[in-house]
Amino acid sequence: MGEKRRHRAGQVSSGTRREVLQFAGSVALGGVLPSLAVRPAAATPATMQSAIAAVIGDAKLNAGRVKLEIPPLVENGNTVACAVVVESPMSASDYVKAIHVFNEKNPQPNVISVKLGPRAGRAAIATRIRLSDTQTVTAIAEMSDGSFWSHAVDVVITLGACLEDPL
Amino acid sequence: MARALIKVSPNPRRGEVIEIKTLISHEMETGFRHSTTGAAIPRDIITTFVATYNGEEIFSAQLFPAIAANPFITFYTIAKESGTLEFRWTGDNGYAASEQVKIAVE
Amino acid sequence: MKRAALVPSAFAFARATRRLAGPVRRLGAVAAAGTLSSLSLAADIPLNERRSSYEAMSAATKAMQDDDSANPATLWVLDGEALWRASAGAAGRACADCHGEASQSMRGVAARYPAYDAKRQTPVDLEGRINICRVEQQQAAALRLESKELLALTAYLARQSRGLPIESNDSRLAPSIEAGRQLFQRRQGQLNLACAHCHDDHWGEKLAGNAVPQGHPTGYPLYRLEWQGVGSLQRRLRNCMIGMRAESYAFGSPEFIALETYLMWRARGMPMESPAVRP
Repeated sequence: MGEKRRHRAGQVSSGTRREVLQFAGSVALGGVLPSLAVRPAAATPATMQSAIAAVIGDAKLNAGRVKLEIPPLVENGNTVACAVVVESPMSASDYVKAIHVFNEKNPQPNVISVKLGPRAGRAAIATRIRLSDTQTVTAIAEMSDGSFWSHAVDVVITLGACLEDPL
Repeated sequence: MARALIKVSPNPRRGEVIEIKTLISHEMETGFRHSTTGAAIPRDIITTFVATYNGEEIFSAQLFPAIAANPFITFYTIAKESGTLEFRWTGDNGYAASEQVKIAVE
Repeated sequence: MKRAALVPSAFAFARATRRLAGPVRRLGAVAAAGTLSSLSLAADIPLNERRSSYEAMSAATKAMQDDDSANPATLWVLDGEALWRASAGAAGRACADCHGEASQSMRGVAARYPAYDAKRQTPVDLEGRINICRVEQQQAAALRLESKELLALTAYLARQSRGLPIESNDSRLAPSIEAGRQLFQRRQGQLNLACAHCHDDHWGEKLAGNAVPQGHPTGYPLYRLEWQGVGSLQRRLRNCMIGMRAESYAFGSPEFIALETYLMWRARGMPMESPAVRP
């Protein structure tokens, strides 16, 4: 969520969460319209570690072979281009079985889990993800030989200067 | 108005590694937002995406709320034979969508 | 912008206003000096210095706009194409029944809207024109402004003008352009700022980490990452006005039409990019 806080008179905000307490009057906009209101406690690095442990068990996490391509500075955390490329021959005997992406500060640590096989030809995926705050994103590749490889990138999130009320 | 957009080379050479781009319309409501009255807005996301090639699964993904709205997923496969690529998205509240693309492999 | 530790609310308020204070304080000082209290033609951006905000975007966001198969707005364009061909209303007519293939009949149309409606003696924007057709020709209900259906149709139509230069050379639009200019240069809201203060005088400078754009409507309707959906120029203007802590005009209001007309004149000659992607 970065450090921007918006201040309409009467509203307060705190910490790193995007908290916007609406005017009583603005309830007139419509009782059930979604808003950028209080978010629950975010995931922590510890939550991310346990989500990773759920995938790799007590296997060792090696550095290398995996490249997480994600911009170091993004214009809007709602939509962040994210690609993972893994060095692998993708042959019947040596291929990438799965790719997992994790984050450390969203409300939930998992981002995407992908299953691949030799038919993929190339161990590469691209998608667009949401990042709630400046944080570290981690990609883990699971190989056919049971080994795990990872790459982590720090991403800084900026926001637009002006928020709008819900429509 | 759910609609999917698939981009794949329609006439690849046999054995060529081809890129498949998929884009589907879906709000991916995270389940972490609240209304102005404080009520939680329930989660409503696509949870699974599966691609098959002449019936055989070539790619699958489990999606979480951290996937941006209108999920965009790009992946690769080897152009083995002519036939049909089928894509299926399923999610919360019984959501299901599918799209098919034919490819002719030289 | 690294993440700070949690701070108590009052302190956060003071910190945040100090952080915002930089550019805003600068603008406030300039404004207070009264030098910008009346803005003249001299404040217009020179024609050859005009830039689309596309140029300030990151490579990833540009790539999203440049590739139709990656641009989420394409989903709206496809929906718009389906609506174009679907019969509607008591007359049971589709847009295509009268207008044929949009790629031919609608080419260049979005680039010259808002256009002057001689019968109504007022400018009408693209959304307004679509609804006039729906009501009068299809005998169907008007589509709600900012509804998915209307955005789909405008995205489909605007797509047919991609690459074409914006045209604004109808002398009948002059009063509306002037009215829009007055609104653009009018101080408003709790910040007491005019649109022109940021978008004519401080474009390119940073406001809270993001570059201030010149504010040309070359890509509407567009997919905004902040909205995670497609929205119109009027929605973006509403967003700005609320951000400036001013009361926004209503969708479809004469003020918004005047502003659209002025902004299209201000961007005359610049190529259309619709449907664009913006942060």
